[in-house]
Amino acid sequence: MSLAITTNVTPQQNWLERLGAGHIILAVALMLYPLVASDFFLTQIGGYSLIFGMLGLSLMLLAGYGGMVSLAQITVAGISAYAIAILGNNNSNILGFGWPWWLAVPFAVLAAALASALIGWVSVRTEGIYTIMITLAIATATYYFAQQNYAIFNGHSGYTGIRAPAFWGIGWRDARPFYYLCLGLAVLSYAAVLYGSRSTFGMTLQAIRDNPRRMRALGYHVTAHKVFAWLLAGVIAGLAGVLLVWFNGRVSPGTIGVDAAIDVLIIAVIGGLRHPIGPFLGAVVVVLMQTFAIDIVGAERFNTLIGMVFLVIVFVSPDGILGLWGRIKPHLAQESLRPGQ
Amino acid sequence: MTESFAANRLQGSGAYALELDGVARHFGALVALSGINMRIAAGERRAVLGSNGAGKTTLFNAVTGDFLPTAGRIRFFGEDITDLPPHERIRRGLRRTYQISQLFKGLSVLDSIFLACRGVSRRRFSLLRPATSDVNMVQAESILNAVHLEAYRDTLVATLSHGQQRQLEIALALAGAPRFILFDEPAAGLSPTERRDLVAILNALPKHIGYIIIEHDLDVALRVSEYVSMMHNGRLFKEGTPQEIEADPEVQEIYLGGKHG
Repeated sequence: MSLAITTNVTPQQNWLERLGAGHIILAVALMLYPLVASDFFLTQIGGYSLIFGMLGLSLMLLAGYGGMVSLAQITVAGISAYAIAILGNNNSNILGFGWPWWLAVPFAVLAAALASALIGWVSVRTEGIYTIMITLAIATATYYFAQQNYAIFNGHSGYTGIRAPAFWGIGWRDARPFYYLCLGLAVLSYAAVLYGSRSTFGMTLQAIRDNPRRMRALGYHVTAHKVFAWLLAGVIAGLAGVLLVWFNGRVSPGTIGVDAAIDVLIIAVIGGLRHPIGPFLGAVVVVLMQTFAIDIVGAERFNTLIGMVFLVIVFVSPDGILGLWGRIKPHLAQESLRPGQ
Repeated sequence: MTESFAANRLQGSGAYALELDGVARHFGALVALSGINMRIAAGERRAVLGSNGAGKTTLFNAVTGDFLPTAGRIRFFGEDITDLPPHERIRRGLRRTYQISQLFKGLSVLDSIFLACRGVSRRRFSLLRPATSDVNMVQAESILNAVHLEAYRDTLVATLSHGQQRQLEIALALAGAPRFILFDEPAAGLSPTERRDLVAILNALPKHIGYIIIEHDLDVALRVSEYVSMMHNGRLFKEGTPQEIEADPEVQEIYLGGKHG
């Protein structure tokens, strides 16, 4: 596959120009971030934002390009997190097949992708609010099932003692390596979605979002394309699930509860659904809020503050932070928000 | 492959692009179409006129397979397509446009036409970006010129004017080697300038492409068609050349309120 195949690109542009100044500055800043950040800021803010950014990205792919708002992205991530605990090692004295990471991770991501495709296949016959409801029902059902099933999910206590692997002489649970691991996978997912948005599949998905009837009349298999989008979103959410379980060292029904499902939706909406950078912006804001709101207003009211910030952002700009940027610098935003630029 | 398949099923006369034999469509007690017999030669351009509710769009839906006729047979280039699903009819070269534009608001003009071209090819699914030299991209560029939208190549469809959206609607129908097109009121809501543009676009279509056009604007309809069928209450009640139809007193009575001319 050659990344050089693009439309609307004049031949004299080299790859740096095509990447754009914004992307380069952002990449350098993210690479250098560990030089100035403490371990706490590297993992609890940096790593965590990147993981939840990826979850938001998987939702952005479905909602922004496919018009399908899902509340089950954390469920999909949870499936790969549980798979890592079950296939690899844990200290809960149940299951734990002891597979090496390089075998467990692909299987976990595959399980998440297939589960996502299945959820998609069930929910693509619905539209709009009904897709939200059916995915919420699936998320809630999975949460309660995990809580009450001991044979596979080990009930409400879940699995503990899951360790990120160490290879190439690097302990990947350490702050800096873990941050770079999250950054690498986030950038990969982001680049794939950005490239894919102008691929034939990406355009087909957006056209199906805008007018499924016409796409059917043009000879496209609408359901198959939608389900495939769920499969791809499942790969991204599955990767995020692997990072999440390595980050926490544990997974339990609380990880995949309705609270977390709504967090992912809030991240995507706050950031903006029109460009794959949106969910990452939203994740930074939400993670910072969740970490520091408690210091500003105290333990009783920090959720109120988070809620109010959410309201202000969506009230001022229905397109989230991306939309705010569009108001400040309309012409710049026009450039940077053009799909695939 | 589809072509040879179609050839194998050829029966009856291939000289006609479209043959309708006793086509009827009922919605419960409502008779939307009744006993429609129509022969349209390959490459012929036909206008279908009639007041609202005369059954014109229902006729289109029966031909495209959007809903099946209650009775009668439909043949497309000699092949009986009465029971084929819509996408099989599209693969045989039948296209339509919609009375209300059915477009992709979030895509650019070129990408919309590209998808229409891809839809009838066998490479509908690809995770790669199409190259500028992609055969469907090249087709899309030439269709872009045919409908006079080359200045709006990269414009978002949502920001096009109504007239430009109607032109794009035609572009989508031109994708992928059409043999016959059903135009459902392409001039609806267009300004006089845009109407002139539309007439030019239709008259410049390759001669082998035949079409039926539903049009309320007689000026447009009579300038882009060789033959006219009048419908009334779900039936065909008169056929003739544009001149004959324009001069017919009965037509003037029903359709023009007796004031035309």
